[in-house]
Amino acid sequence: MTLRATTWQTVGPFFSIGFSWLYRDNLAAPGVSGERLEIAGRILDGEGNPVPDGIVEIWQANSQGKYAHAHDPQAKPVEEGFTGYGRVPTDDTGCFRFTTIKPGRVSGPDEKLQAPHLAVSVFTRGLLRRLITRIYFPEEPSNAEDFALNLVEEGRRETLVAKKIAGRPGVLEWNVILQGPGETVFFDV
Amino acid sequence: MNKIPGYRRVCPGTQPPHRHPPYVSSLKRAPREPLVALPHTLSEITGPAFGPDIADPKACDLTRQHSGEPLGERIIVSGRVLDENSRPVPHTLIEIWQANAAGRYLHSSDRHNAPLDPNFTGCGHTLTDSEGRYRFVTIRPGEYPWGNHHNAWRPAHIHFSLFGPAFATRLVTQMYFQGDPLIPYDPIFNCTEDEEARNRLISQFDWETTIPSLALGHRFDIVLSGREGTPMETRMHGEKP
Repeated sequence: MTLRATTWQTVGPFFSIGFSWLYRDNLAAPGVSGERLEIAGRILDGEGNPVPDGIVEIWQANSQGKYAHAHDPQAKPVEEGFTGYGRVPTDDTGCFRFTTIKPGRVSGPDEKLQAPHLAVSVFTRGLLRRLITRIYFPEEPSNAEDFALNLVEEGRRETLVAKKIAGRPGVLEWNVILQGPGETVFFDV
Repeated sequence: MNKIPGYRRVCPGTQPPHRHPPYVSSLKRAPREPLVALPHTLSEITGPAFGPDIADPKACDLTRQHSGEPLGERIIVSGRVLDENSRPVPHTLIEIWQANAAGRYLHSSDRHNAPLDPNFTGCGHTLTDSEGRYRFVTIRPGEYPWGNHHNAWRPAHIHFSLFGPAFATRLVTQMYFQGDPLIPYDPIFNCTEDEEARNRLISQFDWETTIPSLALGHRFDIVLSGREGTPMETRMHGEKP
Protein backbone atom coordinates (compact mmCIF):
# COMPACT_ATOMS: atom_id res chain seq x y z
CA MET A 1 0.00 0.00 0.00
CA THR A 2 1.23 3.48 -0.79
CA LEU A 3 0.82 6.06 1.94
CA ARG A 4 1.44 9.77 1.61
CA ALA A 5 4.02 11.56 3.68
CA THR A 6 2.72 13.54 6.63
CA THR A 7 2.32 17.23 5.86
CA TRP A 8 4.92 19.70 7.13
CA GLN A 9 4.14 22.43 9.64
CA THR A 10 6.26 25.39 10.66
CA VAL A 11 8.79 25.04 13.49
CA GLY A 12 7.20 28.18 14.92
CA PRO A 13 9.06 30.70 17.10
CA PHE A 14 9.81 28.46 20.09
CA PHE A 15 11.63 25.53 18.49
CA SER A 16 14.81 26.17 20.47
CA ILE A 17 13.30 24.46 23.50
CA GLY A 18 12.99 21.29 21.44
CA PHE A 19 16.14 21.60 19.33
CA SER A 20 18.81 23.00 21.66
CA TRP A 21 19.75 19.65 23.24
CA LEU A 22 21.15 18.59 19.86
CA TYR A 23 22.96 21.76 18.85
CA ARG A 24 26.26 20.82 17.16
CA ASP A 25 28.37 23.78 16.11
CA ASN A 26 31.59 21.81 15.74
CA LEU A 27 31.32 18.91 13.33
CA ALA A 28 35.01 18.10 13.42
CA ALA A 29 36.34 16.83 16.72
CA PRO A 30 40.09 17.15 17.31
CA GLY A 31 41.94 14.67 15.14
CA VAL A 32 39.35 14.54 12.36
CA SER A 33 41.18 14.84 9.05
CA GLY A 34 40.60 17.57 6.54
CA GLU A 35 40.87 21.30 6.05
CA ARG A 36 39.27 22.91 9.07
CA LEU A 37 36.96 25.82 8.34
CA GLU A 38 34.57 28.09 10.16
CA ILE A 39 31.48 28.97 8.18
CA ALA A 40 29.59 32.02 9.39
CA GLY A 41 26.68 33.97 8.01
CA ARG A 42 23.27 35.47 8.56
CA ILE A 43 19.72 34.62 7.67
CA LEU A 44 17.91 37.67 6.28
CA ASP A 45 14.25 38.11 5.33
CA GLY A 46 12.72 39.82 2.31
CA GLU A 47 13.29 43.25 3.81
CA GLY A 48 16.90 42.56 4.73
CA ASN A 49 16.05 42.16 8.38
CA PRO A 50 17.89 39.51 10.38
CA VAL A 51 16.00 36.36 11.28
CA PRO A 52 16.68 35.72 14.98
CA ASP A 53 14.48 32.63 15.14
CA GLY A 54 16.16 30.45 12.57
CA ILE A 55 18.12 27.25 12.57
CA VAL A 56 20.56 25.71 10.11
CA GLU A 57 21.17 21.97 9.86
CA ILE A 58 24.15 20.56 8.02
CA TRP A 59 24.74 17.14 6.50
CA GLN A 60 28.09 16.38 4.92
CA ALA A 61 30.63 13.75 3.94
CA ASN A 62 34.06 13.41 5.53
CA SER A 63 37.28 14.64 3.94
CA GLN A 64 37.45 11.50 1.80
CA GLY A 65 33.97 12.11 0.39
CA LYS A 66 32.30 9.35 2.41
CA TYR A 67 29.03 9.70 4.32
CA ALA A 68 28.79 8.10 7.75
CA HIS A 69 25.69 6.22 6.62
CA ALA A 70 24.85 2.63 5.74
CA HIS A 71 23.43 3.62 2.35
CA ASP A 72 26.71 5.09 1.08
CA PRO A 73 28.08 2.30 -1.15
CA GLN A 74 31.36 4.05 -1.99
CA ALA A 75 34.47 2.05 -1.12
CA LYS A 76 35.94 4.76 1.08
CA PRO A 77 36.63 4.85 4.82
CA VAL A 78 34.29 6.35 7.40
CA GLU A 79 36.13 8.25 10.08
CA GLU A 80 35.77 7.59 13.78
CA GLY A 81 34.26 10.59 15.53
CA PHE A 82 32.86 12.23 12.41
CA THR A 83 29.10 12.00 11.97
CA GLY A 84 28.66 14.80 9.41
CA TYR A 85 25.70 16.32 11.24
CA GLY A 86 25.50 19.89 12.51
CA ARG A 87 22.72 22.07 13.92
CA VAL A 88 23.13 25.73 14.81
CA PRO A 89 20.63 28.47 15.71
CA THR A 90 20.75 32.09 14.67
CA ASP A 91 21.35 34.72 17.34
CA ASP A 92 19.52 38.02 17.87
CA THR A 93 21.32 39.49 14.86
CA GLY A 94 20.44 36.59 12.58
CA CYS A 95 23.99 35.19 12.70
CA PHE A 96 24.98 31.55 12.81
CA ARG A 97 28.39 29.90 12.72
CA PHE A 98 29.84 26.42 12.80
CA THR A 99 33.19 24.73 12.45
CA THR A 100 33.75 21.78 10.19
CA ILE A 101 36.12 20.26 7.64
CA LYS A 102 35.85 20.67 3.90
CA PRO A 103 34.26 17.45 2.65
CA GLY A 104 35.70 15.37 -0.16
CA ARG A 105 33.88 14.77 -3.42
CA VAL A 106 31.05 12.23 -3.34
CA SER A 107 29.70 10.33 -6.29
CA GLY A 108 26.96 11.91 -8.35
CA PRO A 109 25.00 11.08 -11.45
CA ASP A 110 26.72 9.51 -14.45
CA GLU A 111 29.60 8.19 -12.30
CA LYS A 112 30.86 11.76 -12.06
CA LEU A 113 31.93 13.15 -8.74
CA GLN A 114 30.08 16.09 -7.25
CA ALA A 115 32.01 19.14 -6.10
CA PRO A 116 32.58 19.34 -2.33
CA HIS A 117 29.39 20.57 -0.72
CA LEU A 118 27.31 20.61 2.46
CA ALA A 119 23.61 19.76 2.30
CA VAL A 120 21.73 22.37 4.31
CA SER A 121 18.24 22.67 5.79
CA VAL A 122 16.96 26.06 6.95
CA PHE A 123 14.09 26.30 9.41
CA THR A 124 12.52 29.52 10.73
CA ARG A 125 9.25 30.77 12.07
CA GLY A 126 7.26 31.75 8.98
CA LEU A 127 8.55 28.85 6.89
CA LEU A 128 5.86 26.21 6.59
CA ARG A 129 8.46 23.74 5.33
CA ARG A 130 12.22 23.72 5.60
CA LEU A 131 14.23 25.31 2.82
CA ILE A 132 16.90 23.09 1.30
CA THR A 133 20.10 24.46 -0.11
CA ARG A 134 23.80 23.62 -0.46
CA ILE A 135 27.07 25.27 0.51
CA TYR A 136 29.91 24.97 -2.01
CA PHE A 137 33.49 26.16 -1.55
CA PRO A 138 35.36 29.07 -3.12
CA GLU A 139 38.25 28.58 -5.55
CA GLU A 140 37.18 24.98 -6.09
CA PRO A 141 37.78 23.98 -9.73
CA SER A 142 35.26 21.11 -9.59
CA ASN A 143 32.41 23.60 -9.01
CA ALA A 144 32.41 24.21 -12.78
CA GLU A 145 31.40 20.60 -13.48
CA ASP A 146 29.08 20.03 -10.53
CA PHE A 147 25.73 18.74 -11.74
CA ALA A 148 23.66 20.51 -9.08
CA LEU A 149 25.32 23.89 -9.60
CA ASN A 150 24.73 23.44 -13.31
CA LEU A 151 20.99 23.01 -12.70
CA VAL A 152 20.98 26.61 -11.45
CA GLU A 153 20.95 29.63 -13.74
CA GLU A 154 24.43 31.08 -13.89
CA GLY A 155 23.64 34.41 -12.27
CA ARG A 156 22.32 32.74 -9.10
CA ARG A 157 24.99 30.08 -8.57
CA GLU A 158 27.12 32.37 -6.43
CA THR A 159 24.45 32.27 -3.71
CA LEU A 160 25.50 28.67 -3.11
CA VAL A 161 29.24 29.33 -2.86
CA ALA A 162 30.75 30.47 0.45
CA LYS A 163 33.12 33.43 0.24
CA LYS A 164 36.55 33.99 1.69
CA ILE A 165 36.84 36.87 4.14
CA ALA A 166 39.82 39.18 3.72
CA GLY A 167 42.19 38.97 6.65
CA ARG A 168 40.43 35.98 8.21
CA PRO A 169 42.02 32.79 6.90
CA GLY A 170 40.00 29.66 7.61
CA VAL A 171 36.72 31.56 7.85
CA LEU A 172 34.11 31.52 5.10
CA GLU A 173 31.00 33.65 4.82
CA TRP A 174 27.75 32.20 3.53
CA ASN A 175 24.43 33.98 3.95
CA VAL A 176 20.85 32.86 3.53
CA ILE A 177 18.71 35.48 1.78
CA LEU A 178 15.20 34.09 2.13
CA GLN A 179 13.56 36.41 -0.38
CA GLY A 180 14.18 39.23 -2.83
CA PRO A 181 17.38 40.57 -4.40
CA GLY A 182 20.20 38.06 -4.05
CA GLU A 183 17.73 35.38 -2.96
CA THR A 184 19.53 32.15 -2.11
CA VAL A 185 18.88 29.22 -4.43
CA PHE A 186 16.66 26.65 -2.73
CA PHE A 187 16.17 23.14 -4.01
CA ASP A 188 13.10 20.95 -4.30
CA VAL A 189 14.32 17.61 -2.90
CA MET B 1 27.32 2.90 -8.31
CA ASN B 2 24.23 5.01 -7.83
CA LYS B 3 21.80 2.29 -8.82
CA ILE B 4 19.99 3.28 -5.67
CA PRO B 5 16.40 4.50 -5.65
CA GLY B 6 15.79 8.06 -4.52
CA TYR B 7 12.90 9.08 -2.31
CA ARG B 8 9.41 9.90 -3.53
CA ARG B 9 8.75 13.50 -4.44
CA VAL B 10 5.98 15.49 -2.78
CA CYS B 11 2.46 14.52 -3.79
CA PRO B 12 0.86 17.76 -5.07
CA GLY B 13 -1.40 19.49 -2.57
CA THR B 14 -0.32 17.35 0.36
CA GLN B 15 2.44 19.68 1.54
CA PRO B 16 2.16 23.39 2.31
CA PRO B 17 3.35 26.05 -0.11
CA HIS B 18 6.15 28.25 1.20
CA ARG B 19 4.01 31.35 0.82
CA HIS B 20 0.64 31.16 2.57
CA PRO B 21 -0.74 34.71 3.06
CA PRO B 22 -3.10 33.83 5.94
CA TYR B 23 0.06 32.88 7.89
CA VAL B 24 1.46 36.41 7.92
CA SER B 25 5.02 35.45 8.90
CA SER B 26 5.39 33.56 5.61
CA LEU B 27 5.07 36.76 3.55
CA LYS B 28 8.58 38.12 4.15
CA ARG B 29 10.28 34.76 4.53
CA ALA B 30 8.99 32.57 1.71
CA PRO B 31 11.27 32.54 -1.34
CA ARG B 32 9.90 34.19 -4.48
CA GLU B 33 12.01 32.29 -6.96
CA PRO B 34 10.86 28.81 -7.94
CA LEU B 35 12.71 25.97 -6.23
CA VAL B 36 15.27 24.15 -8.37
CA ALA B 37 14.33 20.46 -8.70
CA LEU B 38 17.27 18.42 -7.46
CA PRO B 39 17.47 14.74 -8.42
CA HIS B 40 18.43 12.69 -5.39
CA THR B 41 22.11 11.87 -5.08
CA LEU B 42 24.13 10.23 -2.36
CA SER B 43 23.86 13.50 -0.42
CA GLU B 44 20.06 13.27 -0.25
CA ILE B 45 19.63 9.51 0.25
CA THR B 46 21.98 9.46 3.21
CA GLY B 47 21.42 11.46 6.37
CA PRO B 48 22.36 11.80 10.01
CA ALA B 49 22.23 8.45 11.78
CA PHE B 50 21.81 8.56 15.53
CA GLY B 51 22.69 5.50 17.58
CA PRO B 52 20.85 4.33 20.70
CA ASP B 53 23.20 6.37 22.88
CA ILE B 54 21.79 9.66 21.60
CA ALA B 55 18.51 9.31 23.46
CA ASP B 56 18.19 9.95 27.17
CA PRO B 57 15.71 7.26 28.33
CA LYS B 58 14.05 9.81 30.62
CA ALA B 59 13.42 12.23 27.78
CA CYS B 60 10.27 10.43 26.59
CA ASP B 61 8.41 11.27 29.81
CA LEU B 62 7.88 15.03 30.01
CA THR B 63 6.05 14.66 33.33
CA ARG B 64 9.13 13.37 35.18
CA GLN B 65 11.80 15.90 34.32
CA HIS B 66 11.47 17.84 37.58
CA SER B 67 11.01 17.16 41.27
CA GLY B 68 7.25 17.63 41.13
CA GLU B 69 4.42 16.76 38.77
CA PRO B 70 3.49 19.32 36.11
CA LEU B 71 0.02 20.85 36.18
CA GLY B 72 -2.54 19.77 33.63
CA GLU B 73 -4.01 16.65 32.13
CA ARG B 74 -1.49 13.82 31.78
CA ILE B 75 -1.66 12.16 28.35
CA ILE B 76 0.03 9.36 26.44
CA VAL B 77 1.01 10.28 22.87
CA SER B 78 2.04 7.29 20.80
CA GLY B 79 1.98 5.93 17.32
CA ARG B 80 4.01 4.44 14.54
CA VAL B 81 6.39 5.96 12.06
CA LEU B 82 5.99 4.38 8.63
CA ASP B 83 7.32 5.27 5.21
CA GLU B 84 5.16 5.76 2.13
CA ASN B 85 5.67 2.09 1.27
CA SER B 86 4.04 1.17 4.62
CA ARG B 87 7.34 -0.03 6.05
CA PRO B 88 8.08 0.85 9.66
CA VAL B 89 10.89 3.35 10.21
CA PRO B 90 12.89 1.79 13.06
CA HIS B 91 15.34 3.46 15.46
CA THR B 92 14.74 6.97 14.17
CA LEU B 93 14.95 10.06 16.34
CA ILE B 94 11.77 11.97 17.24
CA GLU B 95 11.92 15.30 19.07
CA ILE B 96 8.88 17.06 20.51
CA TRP B 97 8.27 20.45 22.11
CA GLN B 98 5.12 22.11 23.37
CA ALA B 99 3.45 24.71 25.58
CA ASN B 100 2.47 23.88 29.14
CA ALA B 101 -1.10 23.29 30.29
CA ALA B 102 -1.70 27.05 30.49
CA GLY B 103 -0.55 27.60 26.91
CA ARG B 104 2.87 29.05 27.74
CA TYR B 105 6.23 27.97 26.34
CA LEU B 106 9.38 28.00 28.45
CA HIS B 107 10.95 30.45 26.00
CA SER B 108 12.11 34.02 26.51
CA SER B 109 10.16 35.22 23.45
CA ASP B 110 6.83 33.89 24.70
CA ARG B 111 5.04 36.93 26.12
CA HIS B 112 1.69 35.26 26.69
CA ASN B 113 0.32 36.28 30.07
CA ALA B 114 -0.04 32.76 31.39
CA PRO B 115 2.00 31.12 34.14
CA LEU B 116 5.10 29.04 33.62
CA ASP B 117 5.10 25.69 35.36
CA PRO B 118 8.29 25.02 37.35
CA ASN B 119 7.71 21.30 36.83
CA PHE B 120 7.35 21.39 33.06
CA THR B 121 9.98 22.16 30.44
CA GLY B 122 7.95 20.99 27.46
CA CYS B 123 10.50 19.14 25.38
CA GLY B 124 11.46 15.54 24.87
CA HIS B 125 12.88 13.02 22.47
CA THR B 126 12.92 9.31 21.83
CA LEU B 127 13.90 6.73 19.23
CA THR B 128 11.33 4.56 17.50
CA ASP B 129 11.62 0.86 18.29
CA SER B 130 12.32 -1.89 15.76
CA GLU B 131 8.66 -1.72 14.59
CA GLY B 132 8.68 2.07 14.21
CA ARG B 133 6.67 2.62 17.40
CA TYR B 134 7.16 5.54 19.75
CA ARG B 135 5.56 6.71 22.98
CA PHE B 136 5.68 9.92 25.01
CA VAL B 137 4.09 10.76 28.35
CA THR B 138 3.30 14.44 28.63
CA ILE B 139 0.51 16.84 29.55
CA ARG B 140 -2.09 18.21 27.21
CA PRO B 141 -0.79 21.60 26.02
CA GLY B 142 -3.01 24.66 26.36
CA GLU B 143 -4.30 26.79 23.50
CA TYR B 144 -2.76 30.25 23.33
CA PRO B 145 -3.25 33.59 21.55
CA TRP B 146 -0.80 34.84 18.92
CA GLY B 147 -0.38 38.00 16.91
CA ASN B 148 -1.16 36.74 13.42
CA HIS B 149 -4.51 38.52 13.17
CA HIS B 150 -7.24 39.90 15.44
CA ASN B 151 -8.29 37.37 18.07
CA ALA B 152 -5.94 34.71 16.73
CA TRP B 153 -5.57 31.55 18.85
CA ARG B 154 -3.48 28.50 18.16
CA PRO B 155 -5.27 25.19 18.72
CA ALA B 156 -3.56 22.88 21.21
CA HIS B 157 -0.64 21.22 19.47
CA ILE B 158 2.63 19.40 19.96
CA HIS B 159 5.56 20.04 17.61
CA PHE B 160 7.26 16.95 16.16
CA SER B 161 10.66 16.72 14.45
CA LEU B 162 11.79 13.51 12.72
CA PHE B 163 14.88 12.55 10.76
CA GLY B 164 14.09 9.24 9.10
CA PRO B 165 16.82 7.40 7.21
CA ALA B 166 17.94 10.17 4.85
CA PHE B 167 18.44 13.91 4.38
CA ALA B 168 15.40 13.71 2.07
CA THR B 169 13.12 12.25 4.77
CA ARG B 170 13.38 15.04 7.35
CA LEU B 171 10.00 16.12 8.70
CA VAL B 172 8.87 18.82 11.11
CA THR B 173 5.16 18.92 11.82
CA GLN B 174 2.54 19.59 14.50
CA MET B 175 0.08 17.20 16.11
CA TYR B 176 -3.40 18.43 16.98
CA PHE B 177 -6.20 17.04 19.18
CA GLN B 178 -9.46 15.53 18.02
CA GLY B 179 -12.41 17.86 18.53
CA ASP B 180 -10.40 21.04 19.16
CA PRO B 181 -12.81 23.85 18.12
CA LEU B 182 -9.93 26.14 17.09
CA ILE B 183 -8.59 23.86 14.34
CA PRO B 184 -10.82 25.14 11.51
CA TYR B 185 -9.67 28.72 12.18
CA ASP B 186 -5.93 28.06 12.35
CA PRO B 187 -3.95 29.36 9.35
CA ILE B 188 -1.05 27.05 10.12
CA PHE B 189 -3.19 23.91 10.25
CA ASN B 190 -4.97 25.06 7.11
CA CYS B 191 -1.84 25.77 5.07
CA THR B 192 -2.10 22.44 3.26
CA GLU B 193 -4.64 22.29 0.45
CA ASP B 194 -5.44 18.59 0.67
CA GLU B 195 -8.07 18.04 3.38
CA GLU B 196 -7.16 14.41 4.00
CA ALA B 197 -3.50 15.35 4.43
CA ARG B 198 -4.46 18.11 6.87
CA ASN B 199 -6.70 15.87 8.90
CA ARG B 200 -3.94 13.35 9.38
CA LEU B 201 -2.31 15.94 11.66
CA ILE B 202 -5.14 15.39 14.16
CA SER B 203 -4.38 12.68 16.67
CA GLN B 204 -7.09 10.20 17.58
CA PHE B 205 -8.25 9.31 21.06
CA ASP B 206 -7.08 5.75 21.75
CA TRP B 207 -8.49 3.35 24.36
CA GLU B 208 -5.68 0.88 23.80
CA THR B 209 -2.99 3.19 25.08
CA THR B 210 -5.17 4.83 27.73
CA ILE B 211 -3.95 3.87 31.20
CA PRO B 212 -6.78 3.39 33.73
CA SER B 213 -6.84 6.02 36.47
CA LEU B 214 -3.76 7.70 34.99
CA ALA B 215 -3.81 9.10 31.45
CA LEU B 216 -5.81 9.21 28.22
CA GLY B 217 -4.11 7.93 25.10
CA HIS B 218 -3.81 9.84 21.83
CA ARG B 219 -2.56 8.09 18.72
CA PHE B 220 -0.54 9.95 16.09
CA ASP B 221 0.91 7.95 13.23
CA ILE B 222 3.49 9.63 11.04
CA VAL B 223 4.50 8.87 7.45
CA LEU B 224 7.92 9.79 6.08
CA SER B 225 8.89 9.92 2.43
CA GLY B 226 9.57 6.41 1.06
CA ARG B 227 12.00 5.03 -1.48
CA GLU B 228 11.05 4.97 -5.13
CA GLY B 229 11.36 1.80 -7.14
CA THR B 230 13.03 3.62 -10.00
CA PRO B 231 16.81 3.76 -9.84
CA MET B 232 18.18 7.27 -9.37
CA GLU B 233 20.29 7.12 -12.48
CA THR B 234 17.31 6.38 -14.70
CA ARG B 235 15.47 9.38 -13.34
CA MET B 236 18.48 11.60 -13.75
CA HIS B 237 18.60 10.88 -17.44
CA GLY B 238 14.93 11.81 -17.66
CA GLU B 239 14.05 8.43 -19.07
CA LYS B 240 10.73 6.85 -18.38
CA PRO B 241 11.03 3.84 -16.10
